[in-house]
Amino acid sequence: MFSLGISVLSLARIQFAMTTIFHFFFVPFSIGMGFIVAVMETIYAIKKDEIYNKMARFWGKIFLLSFAVGIVTGLIQEFQFGMNWSNYSRFMGDIFGAPLAIEALLAFFLESTFVGVWMFTWDRFKPGIHAIFIWLTSIGTMLSAIWILTANSFMQHPTGFTINAKTHRVQMTSFSDIISNPQLWRVFPHLILGAFVLASFVIIGMSAWALIRKQKDTKFFKKSMYFSLWIGLVSSFGVVIAGDYQTQQIIQDQPMKFAATEGEYEDSGSPASWKIVASFDTKDHKVKHEISVPYMLSLLAYHKPEGGIKGMNTLNKELKQKFDHNKSKSIRDIKDYYLPTTTIFWSFRIMAGFGALFILVALVGIYFSRSKKFQIEKQRWFLYVLGLLMWAPIVANTCGWLITELGRYPWIVYGLYTIADAVSATTTAGELIFSNILYFLLFAILGGVMIYYCRQTMHKGLAAVEGPDATEQTAKTADPFSKEAFN
Amino acid sequence: MTALQFLWFILICVLFSGFFFLEGFDFGVGMAAGIIARNDEEKSTMLEIIGPHWVANETWLVTAGGAMFASFPLWYASLFSGYYIMFLLVLAGLILRGVSFEFVEHAETHRARNLWYIVFVVGSLLAPLMLCIIFFSMIQGIPINAKGDAHLAFFDIINWLSIVGGIAGVLLSLIHGLNYTRLTTTGVLRERARNLNKILYPILFVGEVVVALLVIFQTDFFQKKPISSTIIILLIVLMSLMGAWGTWKDHEGWSLAGSGLSLVSVVILIFNGLFPRVMIANNPANDLLVANSSSSPMALGIMTIVVCVLLPIVLAYFIWSYTLFTKRMASNGKVND
Ligand code: HDD
Ligand code: HEM
Ligand code: HEM
Repeated sequence: MFSLGISVLSLARIQFAMTTIFHFFFVPFSIGMGFIVAVMETIYAIKKDEIYNKMARFWGKIFLLSFAVGIVTGLIQEFQFGMNWSNYSRFMGDIFGAPLAIEALLAFFLESTFVGVWMFTWDRFKPGIHAIFIWLTSIGTMLSAIWILTANSFMQHPTGFTINAKTHRVQMTSFSDIISNPQLWRVFPHLILGAFVLASFVIIGMSAWALIRKQKDTKFFKKSMYFSLWIGLVSSFGVVIAGDYQTQQIIQDQPMKFAATEGEYEDSGSPASWKIVASFDTKDHKVKHEISVPYMLSLLAYHKPEGGIKGMNTLNKELKQKFDHNKSKSIRDIKDYYLPTTTIFWSFRIMAGFGALFILVALVGIYFSRSKKFQIEKQRWFLYVLGLLMWAPIVANTCGWLITELGRYPWIVYGLYTIADAVSATTTAGELIFSNILYFLLFAILGGVMIYYCRQTMHKGLAAVEGPDATEQTAKTADPFSKEAFN
Repeated sequence: MTALQFLWFILICVLFSGFFFLEGFDFGVGMAAGIIARNDEEKSTMLEIIGPHWVANETWLVTAGGAMFASFPLWYASLFSGYYIMFLLVLAGLILRGVSFEFVEHAETHRARNLWYIVFVVGSLLAPLMLCIIFFSMIQGIPINAKGDAHLAFFDIINWLSIVGGIAGVLLSLIHGLNYTRLTTTGVLRERARNLNKILYPILFVGEVVVALLVIFQTDFFQKKPISSTIIILLIVLMSLMGAWGTWKDHEGWSLAGSGLSLVSVVILIFNGLFPRVMIANNPANDLLVANSSSSPMALGIMTIVVCVLLPIVLAYFIWSYTLFTKRMASNGKVND
């Protein structure tokens, strides 16, 4: 029995990490892309400029691909709580279920109904009316983010509940406290802006590849790129500001998480310097090497050149004191409260570093797009930068979640319920290995095929959407082997 | 049991009913695409008739799952963890099926398209088969301990009733899908769907009788609720008869309603038999009850308000979206006026 208990838990954790991370490749993609396509179609409806129509249709195709994969991976999430985390579901059902059900009723129905309508009615409504359908879809994706984040925010920062003395489960005492959770409203802007960053840099990157290939629709891809560079610039600024805003919350709420993102084992003292890079001895809880900038941490944390933060060693002692006499045995059994410091530390640097890089690159791109002398398609090195950078927001987003979720360790619901208690009692290691392999294979296939079809659509360029109802035609040319079927 | 708990039990039943009625024909059309559609055009027509709606239809299941989590977390936890592998297969089916809609549009070669059609057919079969097996296994009483954990052995899941029930459910979905195909297409597909249904209906009736007999022997439905169970079983058969009548007499709307309502009646049979339990344990002391596995009155109350406000709106635009696509599709994919 010795390893079985442990391995079920770690397998379930691996599964959760794998499936949500994969889901969350597509979620920001769909949220951001839906919004950008909606803006494009709206501009078309107002200006009647054909190029915006083409942009909406072309990028709409990419949006639909990501939407499809987003939905099917979301289904896993919906069932996963019951399948792998049934004790958690029992403990948290009173709070967690409601946002999930509201999400389905309010958001999923909206997006799924109108995405179907939008897809199939290009020629049946005036552009102004047709644009409403993609707006409703886009609003649906954002509402869905709000509600799932409501659930997640409770796990990070429980509010509006009590523990039922008889059942030992959480019980809702105030719904308005749950939806006005400060954590939620600090996460939401950061997350939505992160989604916009992702979608705009994907459009920029794909356009860059198309320009590198010198294919025929240069004008179209340049236009798409300029358009998205502006969205990318504004949202990269926004995401950094929102991230800073969120940091303030973390310092208050989860100081351990903050100390880990900064790699501070000892109290920093005031003024505090900020580690740009560092390596850690996580066994002895020490910093091995570091390069740091004086004053910087005080500036980041408090926006002034003074003030220090508590180190992990101090916080660990405080937390042990706080929880060592808890009623629950599994909480008393927690050995220490150290987090996977190296991962969290580097995740933060990657995320924030990319944030700065996005702003810079967007500025350079816009400069090239404005200047008569430096045509962007002539700056091939820069196109390669843009082409590669399209993967960076995906990495940044994932890093952000790693901080958020790993920083909650060992709690599944902060201060209330441990991860170890949450896992299903009936699920066996065998089942989990089987499902992990199955999911992994499915994801590898879905991800691979999706990337392949995105590339293919890009290579085809506008031919992919030419004509009044090109989608229909490619699928239905009379002779499947005729020439039209292949263009 | 409080009124709210009762209401939510009914609501879960309604959501599953809606799911089986709507996604039932999507699954059926998916399976039928593997049987009656012989070339690329016909297959793509089959995709197209459900194309605009399938995501929204599937959302009924997502909502049912979410609503179950919100209103009866203990039921949700025990059911989904107990039937782990089964739900995994349901998911695999839904995932494969869901992406093939989108991927087939992008496939360039005949071979790639065919591959996605096959994936589509298999997914459309796998998901309802596994769901029906889960439901028919669940009603027979399973080993649940005092904590609510269901430790299921292989034969708790796979046995006569669950297999026959699973196959009958799949058959009924297939028939339902064929009825939907008849209603929404013209030409050869419509013709073939009708001919196939004439073969399938007699088999379905045999299946329904066998399922009814097994339900009598394998579950306590007829000991606990002889009258209502009998009435509902008769209703299932009656609705199927209506579907068959519609098939032979070419009343396509009636036949679709018939097969859909048979599916709904099956869901009602199950929920009626379960009540006042939500999960039946071998040891009655461990039954999960409507009364003891629900969320707090406050959570239920809030959810009730939310549903009262949102459901009418959702239904309004949901139905509106169907009114947009009423034209029949020729078997070669052209919209007929
Ligand atoms: C394009 C993506 C992206 C970029 C450039 C950034 N972030 Fe971020 N970050 C996310 C995408 C993201 C995210 C994936 O959306 C997360 C995960 C959870 C969340 O709320 O947002 C996140 C989480 C997250 C957290 C953890 C929140 C928690 O634990 O509750 C902090 C403190 C920051 N971010 C701060 C920043 C700062 C200071 C940035 C820039 C200087 C920054 N982020 C750039
Ligand atoms: C907003 C909705 C989310 C909820 C409700 C949620 C909930 C959970 C739960 C229940 C676990 C399992 C317990 C644990 O291991 O801590 C978990 C772990 C995890 N989640 Fe999230 N999560 C959400 C979003 C995300 C997203 C979007 C990502 C990544 C892109 C993510 C990344 C992870 C990772 C990496 C783990 C594993 C951590 C570990 O091994 O302990 N989560 N989350
Ligand atoms: C871990 C918890 C999560 C669960 C249980 C979950 C559940 C789901 C489900 C069931 C779907 C399919 C919807 C449908 O059928 O129409 C879905 C899609 C979606 N989810 Fe998640 N999800 C989770 C994490 C997240 C996170 C963290 C976000 C964003 C903040 C998110 C946003 C979305 C969006 C926008 C969609 C729509 C499809 C798309 O745009 O790709 N989800 N999710």
